[in-house]
Amino acid sequence: MKLTLTIWRQRDRAAKGRFVSYRLDDVNPEMSMLECLDVLNENLSERGEEPVAFEHDCREGICGSCGFMISGIAHGPLPATTVCQLTMRHFKDGDELVLEPWRSKSFPLVKDLIVDRRSLDRIVQAGGYVSVSTGNTPDGNALPIGKDIADRAMDAAACIGCGACVAACPNGSAALFTGAKIAHLGLLPQGQPERDERAVRMVAQMNAEGFGGCTNIGECVAVCPKQISPEVLARMNLDYLVGSWKHRHGTVTAISPIIGWGPDET
Amino acid sequence: MRLDAKIPAGPIDQAWDTARFEMKLVNPANKRRHTLIVVGSGLAGASAAATLGELGYNVFCFCFQDSPRRAHSIAAQGGINAAKNYQNDGDSIYRLFYDTVKGGDFRSREANVYRLAQNSVRIIDQCVAQGVPFAREYGGSLENRSFGGAQVSRTFYARGQTGQQLLLGAYQALERQVDAGQVKMFPRTEMLDLIVIDGRARGIVARNLVTGRLTIHIADAVILASGGYGNVYYLSTNAKGSNATAIWRAHKRGALFANPCFTQIHPTCIPVSGDYQSKLTLMSESLRNDGRIWVPKRKGDGRSPDQIPEEERDYYLERRYPSFGNLVPRDVASRNAKAVCDEGRGVGTTGLGVYLDLAEAITRLGVGTIRERYGNLLDMYQRITDEDPYKVPMRIYPAIHYTMGGLWVDYHLQSTIPGLFVLGEANFSDHGANRLGASALMQGLSDGYFIIPYTVGNYLTTEKPMKLDESHPEAQAALKGAGQRLKRLLEIKGKRTVDSFHRELGKIMWNDCGMSRNATGLNNAIGQICALREEFWQNVTIPGSGDDLNQSLERAGRVADFLELGELICIDALERNESCGGHFREEYQTTDGEAQRNDENYSYVAAWSYTGADSRPELNREPLAFAYAHPSQRSYK
Repeated sequence: MKLTLTIWRQRDRAAKGRFVSYRLDDVNPEMSMLECLDVLNENLSERGEEPVAFEHDCREGICGSCGFMISGIAHGPLPATTVCQLTMRHFKDGDELVLEPWRSKSFPLVKDLIVDRRSLDRIVQAGGYVSVSTGNTPDGNALPIGKDIADRAMDAAACIGCGACVAACPNGSAALFTGAKIAHLGLLPQGQPERDERAVRMVAQMNAEGFGGCTNIGECVAVCPKQISPEVLARMNLDYLVGSWKHRHGTVTAISPIIGWGPDET
Repeated sequence: MRLDAKIPAGPIDQAWDTARFEMKLVNPANKRRHTLIVVGSGLAGASAAATLGELGYNVFCFCFQDSPRRAHSIAAQGGINAAKNYQNDGDSIYRLFYDTVKGGDFRSREANVYRLAQNSVRIIDQCVAQGVPFAREYGGSLENRSFGGAQVSRTFYARGQTGQQLLLGAYQALERQVDAGQVKMFPRTEMLDLIVIDGRARGIVARNLVTGRLTIHIADAVILASGGYGNVYYLSTNAKGSNATAIWRAHKRGALFANPCFTQIHPTCIPVSGDYQSKLTLMSESLRNDGRIWVPKRKGDGRSPDQIPEEERDYYLERRYPSFGNLVPRDVASRNAKAVCDEGRGVGTTGLGVYLDLAEAITRLGVGTIRERYGNLLDMYQRITDEDPYKVPMRIYPAIHYTMGGLWVDYHLQSTIPGLFVLGEANFSDHGANRLGASALMQGLSDGYFIIPYTVGNYLTTEKPMKLDESHPEAQAALKGAGQRLKRLLEIKGKRTVDSFHRELGKIMWNDCGMSRNATGLNNAIGQICALREEFWQNVTIPGSGDDLNQSLERAGRVADFLELGELICIDALERNESCGGHFREEYQTTDGEAQRNDENYSYVAAWSYTGADSRPELNREPLAFAYAHPSQRSYK
């Protein structure tokens, strides 16, 4: 099949970006979206042109590296699918696909379709864990956890941190990502001792990174490749509300966001 | 070189206690004065960096991905073994130890494997405490399943995403230490060389993949946890970025490379569909619990599977291995799939595939049960192939999945370069010639959480590394060398892309050093790889520059290393005149076509030293002794 890929090209954050169209005449419908870009990149390299930079690693839909907008939809038109698992048979012969990086103030552009998502790591640094050091642990079965709770925690823990939720959100909110971690740990007994503080700190970090607020629009849920439930948004708000009331006299310090890649910034 | 594995004397079940007692400790106040480098952030690297940070060391952790959470441990599906015996079905530390040594076809080191089995029980406790959402029974206790043909249920799992959940547990522990200021994380940064000063590993040269800047990082010890080298075959179940550069650079600096030819081929992957194919997708082998594997009896039978009557189907695993049937170990299942395809009975457009048929199980158990057991997997299969596995038999074919070989390490996980430690898939130590299912996650976490924190402390106290900084001439020389190599790559400006070289290398490796090997093929492969390597350095084209993000340049450096490692793999395979585990030499098989080990002459670890660019590597042998698990012929008939 024939396709036109109109791709955002931008050398780095300082450079001016633009769309460039590429025609592909021999697309195999069995290819994944990323393999289609591989073929384009091989052609460009053979001509001595710089290939399109895009992030990818496992190509099994689990590492969360890949992702871009395809004609306005994060990860493309197929629900519950990352771009690495999206095969070209879901498009029609002659289609034009517009590929753009995740657009968010909190995801500074690195190159072409690649953005910097370290802001998500910093949200996890702000309490997205159980504070237990290696070795200091009871037997695994000492703490019974009902199957329904374990299953719900697993549903939330399935988040791959790709950032599609942010890209899809009209507010640029990272609430689905943040809520998923708050819900995962907040549902489990292991997460209870730090539950309040975790929600307060993680939400504060999310705000400090410049992500927008959540207004329950639901675009994030629609594009999430792991189908994280909007329940996590409610749990985040609940824990945040309870936590900020209980800690109303305390202060919360966020980690300073880092944008560049200089020696003191990485 | 005499290889001292430093295994403590005395009974195997007390070896680790003895070693831990004999190891010297670092005074808590002194720990923060030591800087340690961890390369890689998968299960082994993240667990090591987090634990060392908790202990008070100053840790630098490097990963080439944009976040430590992306490391390829994340893709492990099946589960993690532990000798908890929660199911009361006869498991024990000794049994897990025995199964692992036997499954490795008696080519691993007993003391290491015993310690792995001992640590397995603590790993589960640790992960539960971190909030890893393992599968649970209704009563709230942890659930187990039997996996990879084991006769006990010792596998813990979190749906089909066990690797993801364990890695996120380790990643969260790591981020906690980043927040505490104990660990400094360097994402999008790739190690390009090891700095060795006065015979000791003292740092690395790394490249920031966004700015292209090369930097020196000095430390008191270097810990490599950079994963396996399966991508030397181009098509594998590894992530696209998985590479051997860190361990290969260390090898060239003096670390011995052990058993490189021990590679694992996983029997149940989605077959290759075309030349554009970039990687292979694993379908968990748990499918073999309910799926029956078959091919048509007739060669070149082009009929669709529903048109082939029962009596014209060959359920070859059930026919050849009546007692284990479809559940034979990975190496046996893979070789048999290749054999029937070589006979011209393979299925699918390429003829390189066999059917995995769930029809009988659906009739027996109902479609609901099958959906409950394998729903996620079957959805993924349908997404990729556009075929409905509930109606049409799945097509599967073996693919490179894991590498048992790696840098040689002693009982302390220290390589032959003092101060260089190697963890997880990057080392060779625990799986012998074949790894059992659900054991890779166990090893990564055992190394990172429970072994390296002790052994690295002992090294720092006994060796007392001198203070030095990046102005040291050896560090500067390594930095300069790394820069020159990048410059040389960029200046070739030839005609062929990096990927075209990588694909060609992969084809050579897969054809002549894949599921079965013979001397003629291996000799051929060595010649072809040398020629390809020469062409690479004259004719590769790398668009762009070295001072910004350049994915072609990143890949070129890795492929250049694969072109050297590939040759070593073939040399090792040629030298090992026996068949064992994943290494099947056609010349050495029993009359009924099974692998024939040669314990008299090959019961050793083959550890190769690098002797220069065009010089043959030198073989060093570490003899293996089996005082507990006595070598026997594996039989699954």
